[in-house]
Amino acid sequence: MPTLYIPTPLRVYADGQSEIVVNGPIVSDALNDLVTRYPTIKQHIFNENGELRPFVNLFKGKENIVFLQGLETPISEGDSLRIIPSIAGGSL
Amino acid sequence: MTADLSHEEILRYSRHLLIPEVGLDGQRKLKSSSVLIIGTGGLGSPAALYLAAAGVGRIGLVDFDVVDFTYLQRQIIHGTSTVGRLKVDSAKARLSDLNPEIQVDIYNEPFTSANAIQIARDYDILVDGTDNFPTRYLTNDVSVFLGKPNVYGSIFRFDGQASVFNAKDGPCYRCLFPEPPPPGLVPSCAEGGVLGVLPGTIGTIQATETLKLLLGIGTSLANKLLLYNALDMSFDYVTLRKNPNCRVCGPNADIKELIDYEEFCGIPGHKIEEGSAGDEWDVGPEQLATRLAETNPPLLLDVREPHELQISWLPNEVNIPLGILAAHLSELDTAREMVVFCKGGTRSAHALELLVAAGFKKVKNLKGGINAWAALVDPSLPLY
Repeated sequence: MPTLYIPTPLRVYADGQSEIVVNGPIVSDALNDLVTRYPTIKQHIFNENGELRPFVNLFKGKENIVFLQGLETPISEGDSLRIIPSIAGGSL
Repeated sequence: MTADLSHEEILRYSRHLLIPEVGLDGQRKLKSSSVLIIGTGGLGSPAALYLAAAGVGRIGLVDFDVVDFTYLQRQIIHGTSTVGRLKVDSAKARLSDLNPEIQVDIYNEPFTSANAIQIARDYDILVDGTDNFPTRYLTNDVSVFLGKPNVYGSIFRFDGQASVFNAKDGPCYRCLFPEPPPPGLVPSCAEGGVLGVLPGTIGTIQATETLKLLLGIGTSLANKLLLYNALDMSFDYVTLRKNPNCRVCGPNADIKELIDYEEFCGIPGHKIEEGSAGDEWDVGPEQLATRLAETNPPLLLDVREPHELQISWLPNEVNIPLGILAAHLSELDTAREMVVFCKGGTRSAHALELLVAAGFKKVKNLKGGINAWAALVDPSLPLY
């Protein structure tokens, strides 16, 4: 099953986990698996219309899923998914 | 046209001159180069120090702040003796001591749409050492419009990112992050904290990438995003590509000039966050002290992380960290008067928004947080 890496700013919404094993044949299933298990993380990943927020980038291996098949990108055993958030530094 | 080196400079840079990839020609290139560093904080400190030591001929520093005691944990260009001085003055003094051969130009002003092009146009490379989204988007757009590389670094707690944007026909920052997060969704280092040495690592990587670009050597971080985690001591990369829909560097770009970046990000870029939720929602520390002395005092809801309670806390407070507040609303009484607080009033202002949206009406924000309380009501508590 694929592994999803969770960045530091979002770990507080996922019981402090840095990575979790997710289920599903495509990326959207894996994300649904994540938000079902950790509901408070949902608003940080999806907008009100259920679309990936524009400041959240999801990479399968080295590639941004935007340049693959988006949320429909197939995933399989051994794949790694990584959420890359915008971070700014000191001020808000 | 490259500059000649004096005997003293040849001696100073002798370890560079021994490297074939740098040599005398490379060192002359560095002396003829100019780099603008936006921000003299955690990232800008090591970047500026190493670029100055390396002999970059002209370094520009943009900052408008003064050196604060709490900056010294990570902003190593400054010192205890320069607390209270302008950051650009403090930084220039340190750089001039390190390398009097170079020219340091300082801009004691916020980097804004009004002055950014004027300041940046005479430099070869921009180094993004900023600490907020509006200035990051501004720095990116300036680099695109002027056609100069933007050496990027960003940090949070133990995580760092670095890249070289807008170089060699590569992607820009907006290709990766078309829009900033809405205010409050990403905690800042001021509220979330940062390991002091982390910006040292990332700022040093920015200096390395800048020198490589100036010298024309090696493989740059263009088209790649470096992801560093200090806890795991892991360095990883992902591939970046130009976004065909990018609004500043794509083929159909519709942003052709600098915009209002504070409006774009929905937050102030260069104004200092005051920890206010707005006049109608704020309660000051003295006002709260009066209320707490009366009968039926309000519930004190502390939305800080549990480990912060070891530093300071208020009697009878209830602690529910902001990150899990949404999942614990049922534990709170909507009819009860409540004052929400955190360290400085910023997280509590976001908590207040969340509570009001959930139907809580009798809620107030402690303006300036427990630090303001410590400063104005109870000096036995430490500031942090």
